Amino acid sequence: MSDVLELTAAEAIDRITKGELGSDEYFDAYAEAAAGDELGAYLWRAKPGTSDGATGELNGAPIAVKDIFCTEGIETTAGSRILEGYRPPYTATAVRRLAAAGAQVLGKTNMDEFAMGSSNENSGYGLVRNPWDLERVPGGSSGGSAAVVAARLAPWAIGTDTGGSIRQPASLCGVVGLKPTYGAISRYGMIAFASSLDQCGPLTRDVMDAAILLRVMEGRDHCDSTSVGIEGGVELPSRTDLKGLRFGVPRELASEAEGIEEGVREVFERNVALIQELGAEVDECELPHSAHGISAYYVLAPAEASANLARYDGVRYGLREGASSGTDSELASMYERTRTAGFGPEVKRRIMLGTYALSSGYYDAYYGRAQRVRTKIAEDFATAFERFDYLVTPTSPTVAFELGARAENPLAMYMSDYCTVPMPLAGLPAISIPAGLAQPDGGGPELPVGLQLVSPAFGESGLLDAAHAIEGAIGFDARPVGAAA
Amino acid sequence: MIDRDQVLHVARLARLELTEAELEKMADELSGILDHVERMNELDLDGVEPTTHVVQLENVLRADTPRPSWPREKILEPAPDPDEGAFRVPSPQA
Repeated sequence: MSDVLELTAAEAIDRITKGELGSDEYFDAYAEAAAGDELGAYLWRAKPGTSDGATGELNGAPIAVKDIFCTEGIETTAGSRILEGYRPPYTATAVRRLAAAGAQVLGKTNMDEFAMGSSNENSGYGLVRNPWDLERVPGGSSGGSAAVVAARLAPWAIGTDTGGSIRQPASLCGVVGLKPTYGAISRYGMIAFASSLDQCGPLTRDVMDAAILLRVMEGRDHCDSTSVGIEGGVELPSRTDLKGLRFGVPRELASEAEGIEEGVREVFERNVALIQELGAEVDECELPHSAHGISAYYVLAPAEASANLARYDGVRYGLREGASSGTDSELASMYERTRTAGFGPEVKRRIMLGTYALSSGYYDAYYGRAQRVRTKIAEDFATAFERFDYLVTPTSPTVAFELGARAENPLAMYMSDYCTVPMPLAGLPAISIPAGLAQPDGGGPELPVGLQLVSPAFGESGLLDAAHAIEGAIGFDARPVGAAA
Repeated sequence: MIDRDQVLHVARLARLELTEAELEKMADELSGILDHVERMNELDLDGVEPTTHVVQLENVLRADTPRPSWPREKILEPAPDPDEGAFRVPSPQA
């Protein structure tokens, strides 16, 4: 059984096609592994024996789905108590496409409430532990999805990324995480956080599996007018060298980035040397406005969230608290008491921040300014891509941090996204691949470090191809303690 | 900087109740975040167009033909207080 859990999804699907592995056997191996989850990573799990058998190109392969995706008849909470017990009447397009290709939902994964967080400590249903060190965070907000893939509790998973919510947990858990170009995959049925930034993407053991999931999920959807798909589709990666390619290393997100740990820096420098050895030209470059990415992001994302989360008012779904008596308006009182009881502290903080930034008298100073910074960040990338095919940075300034370490300091938590925030602001695709192990500053266990690659919009096929070559050269084969070997 | 009274005003706009202790804490935390955000003021952004969306959006058109929408009972199923085919709410007046 443990042998099955070691296969990448592509390998398992191939074995099923050849008749060497039963699709029900494959599903059950994971359903049983998921039943033993001690990380707090699953909120709902399919039972062993419930597989429908092999169909489509994915041969009935199980997949873990972040609890932000609506799944008809299966409780969907987005990690919030305000949606406790909510069974959506429909299924998200991304999940429907996976099912149409033959994938089966193995479980719904825990997450920071409404995808707001970088540690998965903001879930209304308990925290998630990092399988590499149970006293550390898995990252967030797709912390459950990253943890189950790393711990061999799922072959692969999907998550969402608004400011780094796929790539940062992928980095902290030692798995691959891809945030596609904005518009590549439909957002229909994906519970909204910040609609101009949110994008669905895969978390997988290797780059090939990420390419397979992207190929299945991308495409235009009449239910999401911002979805355009990837023209020409997605080619599966095959590259083993980087000859003829030019890689830029943006100073502001690498050598001059705020808060980069020494161990992360060493692994990154080793990776950059490796990229050169693979035949690429490498040079430093500038993204002068990216240092302001966190500032712009923490205005724009909360502003959009404050509008999106206005819908949780106790009327149509989820929690309702009774009105207080003796108020001017029982309806207003019901809204206020429902939202106060249902939202956690981080969600309230972001609603407050966003409401303030959009309020009369402050709109131009905050929201208007942040939108202009967003333009400058996108222009910086466009300039860099005149000289380079890809940009490369560390994914996270640090390895996985200890539970509670940043919980009392919102700004310190927000800085976790320093290297991942500029790409969604510019709508660009970016992938994090496991790049090595390093100790945290001040010592501790060896933990995964991620390498982030960025390409121009809709350049996913080339991005995956380059990542595949680097992945092969790195040869990362470490695994969390306790995961099946 | 954002003071206690501003926090109270914003909480009302956002339909959130904050206790006295939460008000103080929220004022501190938001002030810290806004201090960082205000670093944007160092930049000269005169004449820069604001970005609202990163992809070039086109109008999506279709023929205006009637088709079934969601069945009413399916949409009302997750509602806290469905009544006679509608969402019942407490009085906005009393």
